[in-house]
Formats: sequence, structure tokens, C-alpha cells
Amino acid sequence: MMLFKLSIKNIKKSFKDYAIYFLTLVLGVAIFYVFNAIDSQEAMLTLTSAEKEIINLMNEFLSGVSVFVAIILGFLIIYASRFLIKRRKKEFGIYFTLGMSKKNVSKILLLETFIIGVISLIVGLILGVIASQFMSIIVAKLFEADMSRFEFVFSKASLIKTVVYYAIIYLIVMIFNVFMVNKYKLIDLLNAFKKGERLKVRNLTLSVIIFLVSICILGYAYYLALNRLDSLDLFGFSILLGILGTFLFFFGISGFILKLVQSNKKIYFKNLNVFILREINSQINTTVFSISVICLLLFFTITIFSSAWSINLSLKNDLVYGTPADVQIVSYSQDVLDVQKGILDKIDYDVDNFSSYVKANTYGFENVTVGDLIKPIKKEVLKIYPNLLVDNLLPVIKISDYNKIASFYGRDTYTLNDDEFILLADYAQMIEYENKALSKGVTIDINGKKYHNKYDKCMEGLIDMSGNKSNTGVVIIPDSVDTNEYVYVRSYLMANYKGDKDKKEEEFVKYGDEIANNGGFYNTKLDIYTASTGLRAIMIFIGLYLGVIFLISSACILALKELSDSTDNKEKFSMLKKIGVDDKRLNRVLFIEEGIFFMIPLFVAIIHSIFGIKCANIIMESMSVTSNMSSILMTALLIIFIYGGYFLVTYMISRRIINEK
Amino acid sequence: MAEILKVANLEKYYGNRFNLTKAIDNISFSVEEGEFVGIMGASGSGKTTLLNCISTIDKVTAGHILINGVDVTMLRGEKLNKFRREDLGFIFQDFNLLDTLTGYENIALALTIQKVKPKDIDKKIKEVSKTLNITHVLNKYPYQMSGGEKQRVASARAIITSPKLILADEPTGALDSKSSRMLLEKMEELNKNLKATILMVTHDAFTASYCSKIYFIKDGKIFNELIKGDDSRKEFFDRIIDVVTLLGGDLNDAL
Repeated sequence: MMLFKLSIKNIKKSFKDYAIYFLTLVLGVAIFYVFNAIDSQEAMLTLTSAEKEIINLMNEFLSGVSVFVAIILGFLIIYASRFLIKRRKKEFGIYFTLGMSKKNVSKILLLETFIIGVISLIVGLILGVIASQFMSIIVAKLFEADMSRFEFVFSKASLIKTVVYYAIIYLIVMIFNVFMVNKYKLIDLLNAFKKGERLKVRNLTLSVIIFLVSICILGYAYYLALNRLDSLDLFGFSILLGILGTFLFFFGISGFILKLVQSNKKIYFKNLNVFILREINSQINTTVFSISVICLLLFFTITIFSSAWSINLSLKNDLVYGTPADVQIVSYSQDVLDVQKGILDKIDYDVDNFSSYVKANTYGFENVTVGDLIKPIKKEVLKIYPNLLVDNLLPVIKISDYNKIASFYGRDTYTLNDDEFILLADYAQMIEYENKALSKGVTIDINGKKYHNKYDKCMEGLIDMSGNKSNTGVVIIPDSVDTNEYVYVRSYLMANYKGDKDKKEEEFVKYGDEIANNGGFYNTKLDIYTASTGLRAIMIFIGLYLGVIFLISSACILALKELSDSTDNKEKFSMLKKIGVDDKRLNRVLFIEEGIFFMIPLFVAIIHSIFGIKCANIIMESMSVTSNMSSILMTALLIIFIYGGYFLVTYMISRRIINEK
Repeated sequence: MAEILKVANLEKYYGNRFNLTKAIDNISFSVEEGEFVGIMGASGSGKTTLLNCISTIDKVTAGHILINGVDVTMLRGEKLNKFRREDLGFIFQDFNLLDTLTGYENIALALTIQKVKPKDIDKKIKEVSKTLNITHVLNKYPYQMSGGEKQRVASARAIITSPKLILADEPTGALDSKSSRMLLEKMEELNKNLKATILMVTHDAFTASYCSKIYFIKDGKIFNELIKGDDSRKEFFDRIIDVVTLLGGDLNDAL
């Protein structure tokens, strides 16, 4: 019982200083619960079965990510508790001198960990349950589902999962703590406060050399990441180099800056610059490992979150563009030249269900391939993309047919002379090469007659509906072309439903199997919307989930380091006060010192991210995703809000620590 | 000679109205320019409280402290900091050097906060380190120095700003006897050659014997006063021991 009282007292005592750690634990639990409870949201939403399927898929994704998140949080808690125990060596020493056995001290520690764990779990879960109500609104908005009724959402599965994961984490922490206590010798414990953290003074010249080497390594890694994306091995190598470079960078940077400033005595010996620089130097030198890990976490956060947001926005923008009709039926069968007659009439689907529709055919011709359209630069392109299917036939459509579709889709119509063609495309990566080729002039050959390009670039447009821009090229030809000698024919029917679209869609989908049996398939606006929204939701949630967890973990570690330093720094600051530095200046020094300490890993992470995002853009381009400013802005907001918040709280707490008597 | 420090009817009480402790009970004395004054007393006698009041680290309950004619008990805010920065120098028992800075930088800090030009800083440090014989440790970190070296670096930091008054709180408290002797000789030199005015608190008779004048404090009051005059240090030391014996109690144990 006495041990229990002691534990409670200890927790209360240290709560003020380490509130930020408890807060992080609580946040971690809450976030874990919220993201694992998403599947329970469907209870309150009226969702179609396709949407439910997507949410299930998303849930599977998030479960996978949760394991990763649990590992990260586990490391955070182990690091933090190791850190907090180190700071309490003196206290344990006193327990031992009072005759307490190691077993009992271990028991105190176990109790403390247990109490903190239980409290943070309970508070976190309460917070999580509240937060997941808001999550319902976000989910509803994303899926554009109407929240017909408000229902209190509670996920038992998520609750159990959270408790089990945290129980495992805390069990490991407890074993770890007991192990640490058993390792201690009394004399070391009592003298611990004298030694403090061993001062690490490094040879400055060595630091400068290591710093310069790290810059070279990072530069090479950036080069590989941007220019050698063709090789997966080299890409992996660039990541390894990036990690190595980051560690070396933090090993050398403080020494480098110190040396740099020292060379200018006017700056070095100005105000308290000497003090600030030396303090930061020693702070970074004692935390090279954690600061590097934090920098990498921040880098991943920025890159993952901004990429996820880019994908989300791209998909959202492309969605309206890519689905101009309610439904599109395509026939692959070479016997069908008219979808209405060849399929719909056969399966008894009444076109009166449509308010309007349009029919057209595209053809494949022997000499109209991907390669033919980029003929002037074919060799260059093949060097970069050796796997490009240059022999694939591009669909060809007569101008009058295309103009019918275009008017139906609400897009521009065109006119053509008898010896001209237009290339229609919207797939960014392909357009780049096609434009290059077109600007040099491309001639194609259909049934022995030559046609040249009317425009020196691709026109934007599509025939096949899709959630993202994926039209690699459609060739529009004059009506005068004889289309009887085609390699294949594809017939299309695009239509809008008449009346209640949801109901009509449900009816139409019932014919799906029969359409397939007749050599056709269909795309509907609703299907594409659901799939795309699902993908967007997965991106947003994974981005947010990982982003927030990474951010709070890294900010928490920095905060703990700064707070424990403030306790040590109290003496230093009181000495400065004695030699006449006023409180205002002291607070400013503290602010600058902690600001730099928080900024350095973020700054390096931002530089990494500039290259990381560029690299991600190159990869995402093939998914026809273009990044934009707003995703960078969203990322910046996230970081400023969370990371900045942690910094401010840390500063205010340490200011209180150094100013109290 | 000019009066640097004047303490008049100083009182400092601790506690509440039920349990009042008079740490300093109506003390008055003065220090002239160029004097090396010691304050002796057992632990708990109030000597450190007195030093804290003079150094403006602690607030007085009643009375006045005039340094160079300025009543420091009336100073507030920025004026107080300016006063501390420019008119006082501190030497502490536990050195209070910043462990992340080299000796040179520790000394320089006292000047940089006064916005002294870097060129002048270098010149002054070279001068003072020659006097205190610490030129060889200027580029070392505190953990690489001996206790005596650390205290001399701390002394250099205290005198480099040419303060009106140097306050030393048990400066030999953490030193071995050889280092103590060396430090005290250096302080004597500073006092004689540079005309530095020093007020030193100690409970050690040997340390006190380097002073020119000693006030003995017991239970918050001045109990006795000794002036070295033309005595040799040995003679002065013997007289100190006599007073200490008279004071009795704890001080004997301290010897």
C-alpha cells in the first residue's frame, strides 16, 4: 500500500513537467482508436454495397498501418520511460539507501507505469470515442452520403484492439524498466546528478569534415532519387545514402556551424551568442541518433502526407472531368457494330430508361500505333521507357462520331480537312512525348492514304470514362476515310438515366452479367465515383494517421529532451542572471535555443522533402497525379499546428522551470 | 578613500509571524575602496544571507545598502540588472562555470553581455589571464581543468569587467589547500595591484587571514571586528583563531 501511495505521489510530482508526454500518450491512444473505428461509421450512414466494400478495404489498409503505428508508439514510450528513469536515478538511490530492495523499487516503477498506462488509456479512449463522432462527419462528407440520422458511434472491436495493443506495449515497457533498475549500482545512482549527461565535445575540424562529407552523400542521394528512378536498386540505394547522410549531417552540423560562427568574432562574441551556440552544439551532439530519426520521421510525414493529399485532389478534380455521362456501354465483340441493336435489344434493356444517349464506333488500323504517333522521337522515348508498348493500336474515330460524343460530353467539337488528323489525349506523361512528336510533325497512313496532324499538340478529351486521366491517345480522322479495312472495331453507347438516377442505376446493374455475356462491359458514373472516393479516403486517412502519429512522436521526443535539459539548465540560467542578464533576455535566449533545436530537424526534413516530393511526383505522374501547391499548404498547416504547438508548449513549460525559484 | 559599500541597519527576516527567524539582525558596516574584507561565521550565522542581500539576489526586510553611493535596495528591473552587470563581480564556491563553454568563452561571456567589442574582449582576457596564470587553460573546457584552475577562471570572469565590488562566497570551499593558497595569493594580488575591492565570505580562518579586515557574524549580528594593520599573516591568523575560539561552537569544528 505504501508503494502505491509513493507511486501516486511520484506521478503527481512529475506530471507538471512531463504533461506533454502524458498528452502525447493520450493523443496516441485516441488516434489509434479513431482510425480503427472507421468501419463502425457505416452504421450511421446510408451507403451502397459498393461503398461498404470500399470501407472494408480501407479498414484492412488501416489495420495494417496500425501495426506500424503501434511499433512507432512502442518505441516512443520505451524511449520516454527510459529517459524519465534516467532522470530519477538520484531518487532511486535514496530509496536504496533507505533499505528498499530492488524488488520494491521495481514494484514502484511497475505501479507507476501501470497507473500512467491505465489513465492515458482511459482518457485516450474517451477522447477517441468523442473524436470518432467527428470522424463520422468527415467520412459522410467524403462519400457524399447523407447523414440521415445521428447515431452515437462506438466500436467495440477498435476498443479491444486498442487495449490489447497498448497492453502489449506497456508490458514490454515494464519488463524494460525492471531490467534497467536491476542494472543500477547504488554509488552510480547517488552520484548520477553530479555527472549529468556526459559532455560530448567533438573535435571541431573532424565535425566540419564529416559535415562536408554528409553534404556530398546527400547531394548524390538526391541526384539518384531524381535521375535514376528507372532502377529500383539505385532508388533503394539513394534512400540508404539519404539515411546515412542524415546521420552524418547531424553528427557534423553543430560543429560546422560553431566553427563557421567562430570565424567571425563579431558575431560570435555578441550578446549571448557564445552561450546559445555552445548549448545547441552540446544538445545536438548528445542526441545525434534521436534527432536523425526525428528528421527522417518528419521527412516521411511531409512526403507521405503531401503525396496523399495530391492524389486526393487529383482524383477529385479528375472525377467530374472523367465521368461526363451516367453510363457507358462498350462492346468488344467484332460482330457488334451498334451497342443498342447488338446488346441492349438482345438483353431486353429498354433505351427509354435513358433521357438521352449517343452511339459511336472506334477502329484500330494497322499503321496507327503508339509508335507511329511518336515516330519523330520514338528512339529517344524507347531509351527512357524500354517497356513502352509501341506496337499497340490507338483507337481511331471519325470526326462526326467524335463530335457527337463531344457534344454529349459537353466538350469542344472540331473540324478537319481531308488530309488532317487530331490526337486526343489527357494522360500527362504520354502527352509530354506526343506533343514533342506532334510539334515535329507526324504523318500517319490509313489504307494507303496519308494524314498529317492539324494541331502541333494533343487536344484534351476522352471517350472512355475513368476516375483519373488515362486517355493515352485517340486519333480523330476525317469522315472521308474508308473504315472498312479495320483490324478491330469497338462500339460505344453513352447515356444519361431518365428520372431517379440511383434507382435506374440499380436496375441497370442487374443487366451487368448479360451485357458481359454479349461481349460488352459498362462503366457507370456512380461506380467510378465510389472507387475513386474510396481511394481518396484511403489516401487521406493513411496520410493523416501516419502523419499525425509521426509528428506527435517526434515532437514529443524533442520536447522531453528540452524539458529535462531545462531542469539542468536552471543552474546555468541562474548563473547568467547573477552576472546581470535580465529575465527578458534570458527568455529570449531560451526561445532561440529551443527554437533552433526544434527547427534544425524540420529544416533538414523540408530539404529532403523537396527532393522526396519531386521524386514522388515523377512516380505519381504515371498514375496521372499532379501535385499542387494546396497539398504543400495542407502539409505545412499540419506541421505548423502540431509541431509548432509542441514547440510552444515546451517553451512555456521550460520557461516556467528556469524562472521558478 | 572612497566608501564603496555601506550597509546601514540591515535586517532580513524569514518565516511568518508565528515563527520568525532573524537571519540578519541590524547589521551596519562599510567597505572602503581597495579593501579586502572578510566575513566570518559558522554555518547558519547569516553570512551568506548578508552576501545575497548585498548582491541584490535576495531582498532585504529593512535597512539600506549603498554601493558607490547608490541605494541598491531601491533598484528595480533593468536598473538592477545593469547594476549587477557593471558594478558587481561574483565568485562562487562551486565555480559556476558553464560546462559547454571553454575557459576563454566563460570569461568572455561577462563582457559580451555588456556589449564590449570583440577586439577589446580578446585584449582584456589576455591581460587578466596572465595575472591569474590561466593562459594555458583558456582553450580547455571546465571538465578538463583542476578545481583551482576553474576557480581562477571564475575569478577572471568576476574581475574582467572591472566591477566596483567583487563578492566571493566561500571561494576556497571546494579546493584543496594548495589550490586554495594559490587562489588567495592571486586575490591578494588583484586587491593590491589592481585595487580591486573584495568582500569575501568564509568560515575558514586560513582563508580569512588573507583579508585586510574581518567582520565576525553570529546569530545575524556583528560579533567582532579585526583589522590586519601591520601584522604579518601568521600573526593575523593567530588573532583570528583567538576570536574563533571565543565565538566557540561550530567554528572550532570547521578549522
